[in-house]
Amino acid sequence: MNLKMVSYILGLLLMFQAVFMAIPAVTALCYGEQELWIFLGIALICLLIGRLMTWRKPKNKTLFAREGFVIVALSWIVLSLIGAMPFFLSREIPNYIDALFESVSGFTTTGASILTEVESLPRSIIMWRSFTHWIGGMGVLVFIMAFLPLSGAQNMHIMKAESPGPSVGKLVPRVKTTALLLYAIYFALTVMQWILLLCGGMSLFDSLNTAFATAGTGGFGIRNDSLNGYSAYVQIVVTVFMLLFSINFNSYYFLLRGKLKEAFTTEVKAFLLIVGTVITIVTINIHAIFGSVGEALRHAAFTIASLISTTGFATVDFNTWPELSRALLVLVMFVGACAGSTGGGIKVSRILILCKSVTKELRNMLHPKQVKRITMDSHAVDHDVVRSVNVYMICYAVIFIGSFLVLSLENNDLVTTFTAVTATLNNIGPGLEMVGPTANYAFFSMPSKFVLIFDMLAGRLELFPMLLIFLPNTWKK
Amino acid sequence: MNIIIVGCGKVGEALADQLNEEGNNLTVIDLDSNKVQSVANKYDVLGVVGNGATHAVQQEANIEDADLLIAVTGSDELNLLCCLIAKKAGNCQAIARVRNPQYSSEASYLKRELGLAMVINPEQAAAAEIARVLRFPSAIKIDTFARGKLELLKFKLPEESPLVGCSVKQITTKFHCDVLVCTVERDDAAYIANGDFLFQQKDVISIIATPKNANHFFKKIQYAARSVKDVMIVGGGEITYYLCELLERDDIHVTVIDKNEARCQTLSARFRDCIIIHGDAADQDLLLEEGLDTVGAFVALTNLDEENILLSLFARSAGKAKLITKINRIDFDTVIKELDLDTIIYPKNITSESIVRYVRAMGNTIGSNIETLYHVIKGKVEAAEFLIREHSDVVGVPLAELRFHENILIAGILRDGKVIIPRGHHTIELGDTVIVVSSQRALHDITDILHA
Repeated sequence: MNLKMVSYILGLLLMFQAVFMAIPAVTALCYGEQELWIFLGIALICLLIGRLMTWRKPKNKTLFAREGFVIVALSWIVLSLIGAMPFFLSREIPNYIDALFESVSGFTTTGASILTEVESLPRSIIMWRSFTHWIGGMGVLVFIMAFLPLSGAQNMHIMKAESPGPSVGKLVPRVKTTALLLYAIYFALTVMQWILLLCGGMSLFDSLNTAFATAGTGGFGIRNDSLNGYSAYVQIVVTVFMLLFSINFNSYYFLLRGKLKEAFTTEVKAFLLIVGTVITIVTINIHAIFGSVGEALRHAAFTIASLISTTGFATVDFNTWPELSRALLVLVMFVGACAGSTGGGIKVSRILILCKSVTKELRNMLHPKQVKRITMDSHAVDHDVVRSVNVYMICYAVIFIGSFLVLSLENNDLVTTFTAVTATLNNIGPGLEMVGPTANYAFFSMPSKFVLIFDMLAGRLELFPMLLIFLPNTWKK
Repeated sequence: MNIIIVGCGKVGEALADQLNEEGNNLTVIDLDSNKVQSVANKYDVLGVVGNGATHAVQQEANIEDADLLIAVTGSDELNLLCCLIAKKAGNCQAIARVRNPQYSSEASYLKRELGLAMVINPEQAAAAEIARVLRFPSAIKIDTFARGKLELLKFKLPEESPLVGCSVKQITTKFHCDVLVCTVERDDAAYIANGDFLFQQKDVISIIATPKNANHFFKKIQYAARSVKDVMIVGGGEITYYLCELLERDDIHVTVIDKNEARCQTLSARFRDCIIIHGDAADQDLLLEEGLDTVGAFVALTNLDEENILLSLFARSAGKAKLITKINRIDFDTVIKELDLDTIIYPKNITSESIVRYVRAMGNTIGSNIETLYHVIKGKVEAAEFLIREHSDVVGVPLAELRFHENILIAGILRDGKVIIPRGHHTIELGDTVIVVSSQRALHDITDILHA
C-alpha cells in the first residue's frame, strides 16, 4: 500500500474541498448571512491541512487497483465528514451524526434528509446542500483528475473505482482529457437546465439549486413540498433533465461527434424502453386520481423519472397511489440509471448482463458443450466483467439484507424498513410510508442512521470500495 | 499528437511507454484483449480490441483524427495492410515494421510506392548496432551522429586505468585528447560531468568524439581492445542474418550455431564463408569444440533471454571474448546491469528510439528538426542531433552568452564536415549540425535548450 500517495491525494482533495466552499460563501455574501465566516473558516483549515499533506510530492507515484479503491473510499469519507461541518457549526443541525447523514446524503446524491423544515434554513446552507449533489454526481476525484495533472495511466484505477457501471472505459486516450470531457458535458447540461428553469420564471436562487440537485440526480428540495409548488413547465423541464442525466455520458460524447449508432447503445435503448413502459402502466393505473390523463401522465412521468434516475424529487405524494403503481415504483428504484451517468441503483447495463448470463446458463443446460459468449452492442463482454457483475449482485443482496435486519430493530412497518434501505442503497432519497416523499429520516435511531450512511456511501461507490476498506488484507504491507 | 499503435507486443509496449511520456494521445489495438488490457493499465492510453487491419476497428480507434499509425504486429503483411488502410481511411502518416529480409531489401520501394513514412526493421537496426560495437569492441555501445562523423561511445572504466582519479579537465591537459565527456553513471546515479568531475573505478562513461579521436583516446588510457577477427553467434534468427551480411563485408570470420536444421540450411546457402553449426548451444563441449575460449567476440542471439544471459556468462568464464547479449523480453534492468555482460542489445528499444525521433520531428513544424536521437541513459539522459536550418535565438550568439537550461550540454558542432568541440566563444551558425545532451527529457527543437 502506497500510503504516501494516498495521503497526497487526500491532501489534494482537502484543497479542492476548500475551493468548493467558495460557492456557499459567495451565496452567504450575497444574502449577508453570518454563515460566511463558517464557510471561510472551514475552507482556510482545509487549505492549510491540504497544503501540509501535499507539501512533498511522493517519490513513488505508483498506484495499483488496491490504492485506487482505498483512495476513493477514504476520499468520500473525508469529503462527507468535512461537508457536515457547515450544518453542524451553523447549529442548523445540532447533532453531528445528523449533519453527517445530511452531508453523506448530499454527496452520494441520495437526497434523503433528516430535516423536517427546509425553507427556514440560511440560503448559503441550502446552496451547500445542493452543491454537494453536483460535486458528488460526477465524482470528486474525477473532478480533481480533470483539473490537475495527476499523470499516468494508474489514475484509471481511481476513475474505475469512482465511476458507476460494470466496466468503465475511456472516451479518449488520456484519463485527464476523458475526465475533462465528462465534466464539460456535465457542466453544459447543468447550464442548459438552469437557463430553461430561469425562462420558466423560477428565481435565480431556486433555479440554481434545482439545477444542481437534478444534475447530480440528488433530490434535495429547497421547499418542504419538493417541486409540488412549481409550474407544470418547471416540472416538465426537470423531468426531461432527470432522464438526460441518467443516460450514459459517453452517449453525449458520441452524439456530439455525430456517431448516432454508438450513442444509442443497447443500454440506452433498454433504459428508454423501461421508462416508457412503466410510465404507460402507471398513467393508466392512476389516471382516476387526477381526473385527466394529461395530468396523470405528467405526474407519472415525473415520479418515474425521479425514481429511476434516483433523484428523488416529488410533485405528488406517490405513497398514496394504488398498490400496482407503488410496486412498480419500488422495482424501478432497484433498476436505477445507466452506467456512466450521475444516477445510482443497480444500473441498466448490469441488469442486461445478468439477464443475458441467465439465458446463457439456461441454454448451456440444454447444450452442455455449447460455447457462448455474452455480447453487448456486438462486442463480447469480458468474462471478468460478467463475474464482477455477479459478485456485485451477491454483495448487494448481503448488504441489503444486513441493513434491513438492523433497521427492523426499530420496529417500524415492513414497507418503511424495506424502502428506507432501498432508497438509501440506491441513492434515491424518498421511499414509501414513513420515509415517503412527504416524510423524512429524522425518526431513526443513531445506529440505524449509521447503517443508512454506510448504505448511501456503498451505493454511490458501487459497494466494492466500501467493502474493501474493511478487509484486513487491503491494509497489509 | 494522436497516434495509433497496432500490435501490443514487446515493441508496441515500448512505444506506448515512450510516446505516452512524450505527451502524445495514444490508442493501442490488438486482437488479444488481455494484452490491450495490460498496456492500458500500465500507460495512459486507450485500448481497442480487434484486428487493426480492418476499417471498422480503425474507425473505432478514431483513425480520422489520427496523425500517425504505427503497425508493429508480428506479421509484416498485416503491418503493411494496416498502413494501406489507414492511409485510405484517414489523413495520417504510417509506419510499418517489416522484418522479413525478402521485403526488407525492398524497403525503399515499399516506402515510396505505398506512401509510407517509415519502414522500420528492428532486426536490421540491431544487427547494425552489433556490427558497430564489434568494429570497436572497447565500447559497450556506439551511436553515430552526422552519418558517422561523430560517435557517442559508452564504456566502463576498468579498475586499473590511468584515468581513475583524474578530472574531466585533465583529459585535455594530461592526455591531450579531443573528446567530450557527456555523462558518467556511478551506481544508480547519472551525472552530466563538468570539468572538475573526478573519475572512479567502474564508472560507465559516455563520450562524444570523432572515430579517430576516440581511437586515440582509448590508446592513451590503455583501454584499446584489439579489433575482432572472429565471432561466434548463437541463434540463427533474423538478426543473425543481417549481422552476417554486415560482417561478411568486414571480412570477419563467423561461426553460427543454431538448433534448427532447416534454418542452418538456409543460412549456409546464403553465407558460404560462414561456418554454420547445427547443434544445441546449451552444450558446453560443443561451444568449446568450436573455439569459444579463443574467439574474439561472442554474440548470444537466441530467442530466450535467459539462455542468452547464461551463455554469455559461460563465455566470459571460458575465454576473453567481447560479449554481446540480446535481451528482448525481460525487464530487470538493475539485475542485468550487475551481471557485467559488456554490451546488451535491446531490439525493442532500438525500434522505439527511431520511431520516437520521427514523431518528435513530425510534431515540429519549424525548421530545426531532430535528425537523430539516442537515449544515453534509459529514461534519464538523451542525446539529440539538430540540423540548424532557420534563424533562431541560438544562432550567431557565443555559447557563453546564451542562457541554457540546467543539465544541457552542447556536445558538438559540425560545420562544413569539421567537428568543433564547443567552448564558450563558439557560435552556432546556419547549416550547422549541433549535438545536444540533455537530462531534462524531450527536446523537440533546438530552441528548447534555452530558458524561455
